[in-house]
Amino acid sequence: MAESVTWKIGGEAGFGIISAGTILSRTFSRLGYYVFTTNEYPSLIRGGHNVVTTRISVKPFGSMNRDLHILIALNKETVDIHKEELKVGSIVVYDPKDYAWQTDELPAQTTLVAIPLSEIVSKFKGPAVMRNTVALGASVALLGASLDALSAVIQDQFKSKKKEIIEGNIAIARSGYEYISNSYPDLTSMYLCSSSNNGEHLIMNASEAIGLGAIKAGMKFVAIYPMTPINALITFLADHAQSYGIVYRQPEDEIAGINMAIGASVAGVRSMVATSGGGFALMVEGLALAGMTEVPIVIDMGMRVGPATGMPTYTEQGELQFIIHAGHGEFPRVVLAPGSAEEAYTMTIEAFHLADKYQIPVFLLTDKYLNESQWCVSATLVRKNVNIDRGKIVKAADLPDDDSFKRYRIEVDGVSPRSLPGMQNGIYYANGYEHNEYGHATDASAQRTAMVCKRLNKLKAMEFDIRPPAVFGDDEADITFVSWGSTKGAVIDALEILRNNGIRARLVHFTWVCPFASEATTKLLSGSGRIVDVEQNATGQLASLIREHTGIEIKEKILKFDGRPFLPEEIVERI
Amino acid sequence: MTNIDAYKTKYSSTWCPGCGNFGIWLSLKNALAHLGIPPWGVLVVYGVGCHGNMYDWMNAYGFVGLHGRTLPVAQGVKAANHKLPVIVITGDGDCLGEGGNHFIHAAKRNPDITVFIHDNQLYSLTTGQASPTAKAGFATKSTPQGVIDAPVNPLTLSLVAGATFVARGFSGDIPQLTKLMVEAIKHKGFSVLDILQPCVTFDKDHTYDWYRKRLYELSASGFTTNDKNAAMLKATEWGDKIPFGIFYEEDKPTPEDHEKALANMPLIDQPLTVSIDNLIKEFI
Repeated sequence: MAESVTWKIGGEAGFGIISAGTILSRTFSRLGYYVFTTNEYPSLIRGGHNVVTTRISVKPFGSMNRDLHILIALNKETVDIHKEELKVGSIVVYDPKDYAWQTDELPAQTTLVAIPLSEIVSKFKGPAVMRNTVALGASVALLGASLDALSAVIQDQFKSKKKEIIEGNIAIARSGYEYISNSYPDLTSMYLCSSSNNGEHLIMNASEAIGLGAIKAGMKFVAIYPMTPINALITFLADHAQSYGIVYRQPEDEIAGINMAIGASVAGVRSMVATSGGGFALMVEGLALAGMTEVPIVIDMGMRVGPATGMPTYTEQGELQFIIHAGHGEFPRVVLAPGSAEEAYTMTIEAFHLADKYQIPVFLLTDKYLNESQWCVSATLVRKNVNIDRGKIVKAADLPDDDSFKRYRIEVDGVSPRSLPGMQNGIYYANGYEHNEYGHATDASAQRTAMVCKRLNKLKAMEFDIRPPAVFGDDEADITFVSWGSTKGAVIDALEILRNNGIRARLVHFTWVCPFASEATTKLLSGSGRIVDVEQNATGQLASLIREHTGIEIKEKILKFDGRPFLPEEIVERI
Repeated sequence: MTNIDAYKTKYSSTWCPGCGNFGIWLSLKNALAHLGIPPWGVLVVYGVGCHGNMYDWMNAYGFVGLHGRTLPVAQGVKAANHKLPVIVITGDGDCLGEGGNHFIHAAKRNPDITVFIHDNQLYSLTTGQASPTAKAGFATKSTPQGVIDAPVNPLTLSLVAGATFVARGFSGDIPQLTKLMVEAIKHKGFSVLDILQPCVTFDKDHTYDWYRKRLYELSASGFTTNDKNAAMLKATEWGDKIPFGIFYEEDKPTPEDHEKALANMPLIDQPLTVSIDNLIKEFI
């Protein structure tokens, strides 16, 4: 019986690989397991080599690892590419019609499972794409689960489709399932131990988690120009816009997107944009406008491999310093870097809260790995009520009737009362020029100085909101890792491998990267002995940030910038 | 009818004496007063250029944005609160140079926004370089040998891009300009009013007299405003005779009409807290 099984399905784009991963994840999540699914694919719609990996475990875990227990090959290429990853005891499921694999062509002690995928689909007169459904049925049998859970997920996934289609899918899945139980009844090596996880989980990517967080936070306007890796957020919000009173606009470019969001925010609603590095490069001008006009907005910045078009469908953490420093002039911002979809959900709600509280732009710094992997998110957490506080928006009735309202009144915390257009007695100018307390332009020395200080005072006011880095692992550690954002899971899993090898290690992980938690970081890292920076970029941008704010120089770095997320074993090998 | 002094602030204008912008500002105040739109009941989005400096002496909610980015801001405001009148004060360089892409796409969407283009063929705030509407041969600080590009025609561009109200006015004829502004604001949809204005400081060719000799009123010639092809043809007329007035009008739904989320009320009035029980089921 296995505690953790890693399953991989590969084939061309258009073979239904992504949905197979989602269905398998949800099936085993419903059965009480922890699941996690990642994908890897080139930037094209048909052809190429696509692969989805799902890990199913009775225990919580942070990332994929080097395991590969079941490989589902929807074409010959899948085995060609992935056979080196196969281990003793791995199972390869393939259709002999694609290629009649022989045991001597694969690593020793690999089990070959031949299933006539195409033939089964033809028997049911289904389209070729449904080979994935045969494979799903077979997979559930290989994992020792009942078909019912899979059928129920298929039923729910296809609920908008006709009854015949749903029944057809279930029948095809059953054929795959029965093929295994009839032809390979003794193949029980991948049967999963029963799971003790009783928590109900939602299986979603970080884009969907951000969308859900935004809906819960009362976000009403969103403008997003399509770009990998945040397209799932567009789909999610556009699909649900009508039900939740949201307007989604597809702007002509990212410049328009951020300016639309600023306009909607000035008019009085919570608004957001999402993009990747190249699109954000176009938004930079607008970011500075939000800074100067003190307009709350939330920016979901999903990093991918750069520079320029880079490798659009691969992951990287190359834009930490860019996002912290983007924009002409000096103004406050907050940059939050969630380390999982669950954190993406909670930090989205936090981002809208902070944007309103301080009237500033707030970033969610995510990446392709977060946005396109399927994570477990606690349903209990998502069901919890969210308190929405719009900050210092004035009530129309409270406005003075003698033209004395000052939208940019100098305040100790830098945050001034805000009226909304249409309120009598609340007239002001949201002004991209330097301005006085009413919003009229000024270039007077004293007023300029006072306004810069007012805006930057927000940084002092938010000191109590700054989340210090989280610490995982042994307090008495020989090695201290530092990481931020999505590398969290892989490093946490590496800690466990090290512990099993008798090495005590801990992780100091940053989800709040700007303003930087200088004092807390200094305390945590001073006298830490060996510190190792783990980042998905080529220059160690977090290490630079730590040095800038604490003076602590981290010389040892484990950096990766090939577009593929870290595996815990890689981290262990490189220390 | 509101008193037009209600739209004045205690700030004095910084435009050059005789600037065409005065006629546009006065006409705008006249039009708002005529329509009974109080200063607090309208948002004006200003671009950057001599035109944009208007906000300091214009008493109304104002958004003073970035050069070229007025229209996206205006559309965002409109999406959030479609009951609020939104007016864009922009220049030929702001709207058609830096903001050209936004202009085309705003016109195609047809939001209920009124756009007044201050068109003097120049970037005057940067001391007189040629703008996108500068006519061939026009000698400016950036084109000492005369402009070699063909000019952008704001009217034909508006028509092709899908604007549903297209007109031309002249800053030297305040009663006419007021009337055109009233019609432009009343029109539901994307209204473009290109306003010819002399730059008295950096352009000695296109003076008030130059325009007055050439301008003639479209409506007086029996022109009808419902024929796009005729409007296109008329909009290309430029030389000894220059037509002004309304070239084209069309009734067409706005994005806010199409938006199902806005069927009952503007976004700003919608409840913030929503139930997501059904949504959760999609992810289990």
